[in-house]
Amino acid sequence: MALLSGKTKEALLGPLNKNNPVIVQVLGICSALAVTSKLEPAIVMAIAVTVVTALGNVVISLLRKTIPNRIRIIVQLVVVAALVTIVSEVLKAYAYDVNKQLSVYVGLIVTNCILMGRLEAFALGNGPWASFLDGIGNGIGYGWILVAVGFVREIFGSGTLFGHKIIPQSFYDMGYENNGFMMLAPMALILVAIIIWIHRTKNKELQEEA
Amino acid sequence: MANREKSGYTIIYASVMVIIVALGLALTHMGLKPQQVRNENIDKMQQILRSLNIDAEANVAEQQYNELIKNAYLIADGQKVEGTEGITPEDPAFSGEEAAKGVPVFEAEIDGSKKYILSMNGAGLWGAIWGYLAIESDGSTVYGAEFGNAGETPGLGAEIVEPEFRNQFIGKELIKNNEFKSIAVVKPGQSVSDRDYVDGISGGTITSKGVDNMLFNSVKKYDSFLMNLHSDNQ
Repeated sequence: MALLSGKTKEALLGPLNKNNPVIVQVLGICSALAVTSKLEPAIVMAIAVTVVTALGNVVISLLRKTIPNRIRIIVQLVVVAALVTIVSEVLKAYAYDVNKQLSVYVGLIVTNCILMGRLEAFALGNGPWASFLDGIGNGIGYGWILVAVGFVREIFGSGTLFGHKIIPQSFYDMGYENNGFMMLAPMALILVAIIIWIHRTKNKELQEEA
Repeated sequence: MANREKSGYTIIYASVMVIIVALGLALTHMGLKPQQVRNENIDKMQQILRSLNIDAEANVAEQQYNELIKNAYLIADGQKVEGTEGITPEDPAFSGEEAAKGVPVFEAEIDGSKKYILSMNGAGLWGAIWGYLAIESDGSTVYGAEFGNAGETPGLGAEIVEPEFRNQFIGKELIKNNEFKSIAVVKPGQSVSDRDYVDGISGGTITSKGVDNMLFNSVKKYDSFLMNLHSDNQ
């Protein structure tokens, strides 16, 4: 079997565009609002979610023939919670500053609907390799939205990227001001909505009948 | 394979899984613990150094801390508590243990003059705020200030950590007419007459108010210590 047959390719690439977890399935919105006021935490969050989704998918996929049906959600939760705890511990040890910025949101990856959604909908019914790709694809699909929103919010909200000044001082001297609204959660929602708007305009088949 | 829907199988499955996960997490935690504690200590050293207006990178913070901080101890009723001296992370002034005995003071020496660093704790809008205040040897003039927060609103209340806010405290006086007054944080444009003040954060009113309260309540615990310094230097 080729490494990327039609179905596995769809598992990997679908979530980036037509099956995107954030802008099409509208999952994982809460964290997209919470951690995107700066670019760096948005990227770390994207990586963390990608790792957890991919590994969680693999573990559940490997166990799928043994998991008792009645407690499958609990099994999924335990696996996800364990992985998230490990990610959080590793961040605390090796990326302390970023961990401080993400604060509670690392722990809240557990409640990210994308994770449970993928485990339940994909990993329980597919092999480990396809599940791994599905996890990577959904993680990146979630991640690129976060990075796009974080980019816009940091540059217009703080005039910086990765904490470095981008908007030149001469702009401020001429009366330009950082937009404080960018720093608040509602602006993230508006930005996500704008992305959805553009996306649906380009993909007419996603539009719902009025 | 055993019948997956039997209760016995389910119970055994759940038990085994939970034990394996618990073991794995315990091992991870133990393995990473030393590095995590080190990070926390370095973070605290960086905060203490920032109150001395020194922005130390994480890799040099420990060295600079050891060079500049000459002594640390707890004080109660303006007096040093016996047996609490020491600047290492294990000593009570740094570790924050034995807080019942007194409040911590760090002594630093910069260009030959002594600074006293006080620790502050308070509440902002969403959670805890804290800080360090470096005082000149006259017990009144602020040499530098540092603030931290657990989860204030980014761009609003969380701006208290920025130099634009912190640096306003430099040169302000805690003691007026031989009386401990602290420093007020007021809405930009307003003023108070009986004590020194700095501008709060626009849009971060409750956090600013929290800093104002913290500056009074936490520093109040040091007032006899500061008054002693003050009268010694008159």
